[in-house]
Amino acid sequence: MSDHDYTPKSKVGKWFNDRLPLLSLANHLTDYPTPKNLNYWWTFGGILTFCLITQIVTGLTLAMHYIAHADMAFDSVEHIMRDVNYGWLIRYIHANGASMFFLAVYIHIFRSLFYGSYKAPREIIWIIGIIIYLLMMAAAFMGYVLPWGQMSFWGATVITNLFSAIPLVGEGIVTWLWGGYSVDNPTLTRFFTLHYLIPFLILGLVVLHIWALHVPGNNNPVGIDIKKPSKDTVPFHPYIVIKDGFALLMFMIVFAFFVFYTPNILGHADNYIEADPLVTPAHIVPEWYLLPFYAILRSVPDKLLGVVAMLSAILILAALPWLDTSKIRSAVFRPLYKQFYWILVADVLILGYMGAMPAEGLYLLIARVATAYYFLHFLVILPVLGFKEKTLPVPLSITEPVLGGSSNMAAARNKESLKN
Amino acid sequence: MKNLFKIFLVFLFIINFTPLKSAEKVEYLKTDWSFKGLFGKFDRAQLQRGYQVYTEVCASCHSMKYLSYRNLSEKGGPEFSEDEAKVIAASFEITDGPNADGEMFTRPGKLSDKFKKPYENVEAAKAANGGAYPPDMSVLIKARGGGADYIYSLLQGYEDPPMGVTLDDGVYYNKYMYGNKIKMAAPLSEGIVEYSDGTEASVQQMSKDVITFLMWAAEPHLEARHQMGFKAIVYLIILTVLVYFSMKKIWSRVETEV
Repeated sequence: MSDHDYTPKSKVGKWFNDRLPLLSLANHLTDYPTPKNLNYWWTFGGILTFCLITQIVTGLTLAMHYIAHADMAFDSVEHIMRDVNYGWLIRYIHANGASMFFLAVYIHIFRSLFYGSYKAPREIIWIIGIIIYLLMMAAAFMGYVLPWGQMSFWGATVITNLFSAIPLVGEGIVTWLWGGYSVDNPTLTRFFTLHYLIPFLILGLVVLHIWALHVPGNNNPVGIDIKKPSKDTVPFHPYIVIKDGFALLMFMIVFAFFVFYTPNILGHADNYIEADPLVTPAHIVPEWYLLPFYAILRSVPDKLLGVVAMLSAILILAALPWLDTSKIRSAVFRPLYKQFYWILVADVLILGYMGAMPAEGLYLLIARVATAYYFLHFLVILPVLGFKEKTLPVPLSITEPVLGGSSNMAAARNKESLKN
Repeated sequence: MKNLFKIFLVFLFIINFTPLKSAEKVEYLKTDWSFKGLFGKFDRAQLQRGYQVYTEVCASCHSMKYLSYRNLSEKGGPEFSEDEAKVIAASFEITDGPNADGEMFTRPGKLSDKFKKPYENVEAAKAANGGAYPPDMSVLIKARGGGADYIYSLLQGYEDPPMGVTLDDGVYYNKYMYGNKIKMAAPLSEGIVEYSDGTEASVQQMSKDVITFLMWAAEPHLEARHQMGFKAIVYLIILTVLVYFSMKKIWSRVETEV
């Protein structure tokens, strides 16, 4: 951090700051030099913070009225929808908020993939992000169980049963997770407890995520290291604050549309049927944001290997900084990577679609090919590409592509090429 | 701004790929629901007619356990007057108790009572209906894939079975039902209820009325939601425009486009 030398102007401020440097922190956050060429894909960090806070606040309110008991959970949700003042609004914000959260996080992750934000020196930021993403999936899954509808119950049954694939101890682990011999009241109460806990873990990790970000500073669309502060940067406040605010408002319009006009479209109708252990729904499907991984799980014929494949599909992302061997960060200067990037995007969307379809015939075949390609991208294409790809010349500073090279920059470039 | 457009494209793409439209291939009957759309709301007279169909026809088998008689006079619903709702409630015998002697007793219903259930419990309901449980109707519209259109079609989808399809006793053929076999006999027939406002009680009219009533039962705050949604979105759009120009102004100090 570049602002150790900050001193508050007032005496009281100085006295306080010497004992707890909160004012220095505030000063750091407002002055934080940010690349001025960040595009709107960079606004999703702020949007995600908004999503997290929204989920926590609405979740706390719901928890005041919700009853975590197998006989009463469904009734208490209907009580919230009907008799709690604006309960319907709070619940619909919370339920659609989960989908909005994932929409934003997927954009955030794919932005990193495009601009190489995960590369040195930002590996730790990236890995913390992957942990946050895993916790989000756990929180979302357990949250979906709480209304105790048919999809809640059967989704919980399917997902917890995955652990039974573990050799020897699998069955024991599943019984331990359930707190009994099937998904029942003990499962619901512990899921509620964990669903309440995880957002605060995420909040803590978000602080670390931002802290780790503030050490090297933001990556940017050009993907080069920049001098901070310099002509290439702007202070976080007011420039980035207002830009993030503008993007957040656009996001909120979409959010509001879902909440007020199609609040149930992202959920499954079966979840308005109370959980019944004796009736299995025709198709058990997870929420849309888990579908790509569900497709990977089902495309492997062996149960254990399927679970391994699904977990690897997420964990492989943590190894990405080392799998991608290219020195150039931004896809803007990597013509081949750019194409493979879009193929990967299409691949993940196809996997998501196949996850929603029954696992049979052509659907299963496509899901298998897409699964194979997913791993091929990370394990073969990315490592090889770093050595084979002919990249485009990278500018030396953000201002250069705009202003054209000055004599200074030409000199700097010569120095750079001498070094290499 | 070009990038924002791309965000919306990606977003639309994801929405189009949600799994929900996948399952059913049958074309449902369509009608002009008053509650659809940005300003969708309920027609009071239609909700009152729908309540009549529910209580005279459906309620003999289907419970509605999340509704109370007071809901009938609440804003956004059928909006019976409070006195009318009291009369409706009082027309039902509700079991209450135990009293001081430990006995259960019956009394006329009050506004705070839940809708009276046709059967004591699920088992009794099954026993009376050939083993099939008539589902609770409180959230039925939201609990079926096709929603209002599906149940509207189902009510009018009874046909003679096609050649080669044999039906057991107490099983009926319905072209919109999953698997085409349903244990509920066609509930509506021409003139089965008599509307006091003179509306003709055709099967189609009754279906439409009762589905509207069920929609309200499943989403009692739908009108408030639509009204608030419109205000919220207009507010957000105005604020977005203002913030956009503030942003332009602030960023005009640096020679970068936002």
